[in-house]
Amino acid sequence: MSDWVEACAAGDIDEEDVMRFDHAGRTFAIYRSPDDEYFATDGLCTHEKVHLADGLVMDDIIECPKHNGRFNYKTGDARGAPVCVNLKTYPVKVDAGKVLVQVG
Amino acid sequence: MTAGMVIIGAGECGGRAALALRDLGYEGPVTLVGDEPHLPYERPPLSKEAMTGEAPAIKAIATDALFAERSIRHIHSVRAVAIDRAAHTVQLSDGSSLSYDKLLLATGSVPRPLPMPGLGGRCVYLRTFNDALAIRAHLSAGNRVAIIGGGFIGLELAAAARKLGAAVTVIEAQPRILMRGVPAEIAEIIHKAHEAEGVAIRTGQGIAAIDDDGAEVGITLAHGQKVIADLVVIGIGAVPVTALAAEAGLAIDNGIAVDQHLRTADPDIFAAGDCCSFPLAVYGGRRVRLEAWRNAQEQGALAAKNMLGADEAHAAVPWFWSDQYGLTLQIAGLSDEGRSIVRRDLDDGAFILFHLAEDGRLVAASGIGPGNAVARDIRLAEMLIARRAKPAPEALGSQAVKLKSLLAA
Repeated sequence: MSDWVEACAAGDIDEEDVMRFDHAGRTFAIYRSPDDEYFATDGLCTHEKVHLADGLVMDDIIECPKHNGRFNYKTGDARGAPVCVNLKTYPVKVDAGKVLVQVG
Repeated sequence: MTAGMVIIGAGECGGRAALALRDLGYEGPVTLVGDEPHLPYERPPLSKEAMTGEAPAIKAIATDALFAERSIRHIHSVRAVAIDRAAHTVQLSDGSSLSYDKLLLATGSVPRPLPMPGLGGRCVYLRTFNDALAIRAHLSAGNRVAIIGGGFIGLELAAAARKLGAAVTVIEAQPRILMRGVPAEIAEIIHKAHEAEGVAIRTGQGIAAIDDDGAEVGITLAHGQKVIADLVVIGIGAVPVTALAAEAGLAIDNGIAVDQHLRTADPDIFAAGDCCSFPLAVYGGRRVRLEAWRNAQEQGALAAKNMLGADEAHAAVPWFWSDQYGLTLQIAGLSDEGRSIVRRDLDDGAFILFHLAEDGRLVAASGIGPGNAVARDIRLAEMLIARRAKPAPEALGSQAVKLKSLLAA
């Protein structure tokens, strides 16, 4: 089991928003949901490898900034054209005001 | 036995419609007919950087395996030549015919031909993957490329050609590039980006003569100047493919005329995507035709729904994007509906122009910036446009006010 990695401070992300997190040559997207929970997915859209952190978060959905592919960031499920491949998700926990992601 | 659903045109729109029929649970036969040899594929990459790689590949929207799994029959390299509305059949160019319960025309558009004598084999158009490959073969260092038309296809191609080291001249008859649908302030940024990359742009220049002798092409501009090129790409717009519909007696009005449900006057025939004109609800039913990837996708999916009896009206806001060098432009709505403009500056030189109607309604938003800098705010603007919102101009103009907060208002 790989280690938990500190991504950012809990307050760095607004509610219903997303932030990019790069670690060890990989890129992730960290989300804070409207009900104040944190989530993490792969950072790039499965359609054309665009950074999802530039996209819009509405409720449980992240929308790719380029071609509007939609994913549920809590589950990684692709929600219709043009995306058809699900997004990988990662466990997240908040500890002492820090957002930690299990990147393994 | 049911005759099933037949879709003419296997581009983005037709391909999406076929998949959508299955997503919606339809179990009868689905047949997709296309005149290209390929699976349905995405056209936007054809004019962009994606084509500058060593071996550009098709970005198919489905695989043969997926079509097989979903029982979608894809007939390729074949055209539809006639519709017999009374018999509910479509005749194909290979001599066969198909019966249908519902028919979707997703025939797309083709490049507008340049009505001039003197065009030869070195004067080409871009629409298909094969066109793109043929153009790609000419885009090498030292080669001279002239692009007729300073619209999106021409400018994106100019950027791709520069990346490969070709010498590029863009010739535009209008006083500036991107006259149609792009505000002057944004067109100017794109113009400067091209000049900085070494593209020669000649605006306000009609063409007096073209002479393609097979080895090179001489273009004589109306002002007398001459441009010599190894390849000429003509990108002066697109025309909808309507002959099949017209010959079947369906109404044509800048495209195959459909209602808000994408249905023609024949209740069993629908049209969607580039080939159709439709009433745009968000602008009081103004009839428009859109040549845009997302519209093709959305209308393909909506037509599929309505072929199955959903009776759902088209409600989307037009949306469009273009990539040139590191810049991305995004436009939501139709900016010609606006009477005044409010500018919102974002980080890194990016900005958005909000177009407001006389009554203060937000009718369009045009943004440009590096990477995806404007994407989020354009998407929010699109939602505000769809809601027919009248946001305070001060709020739109201030980066301190989050656009998302205006949605709640």
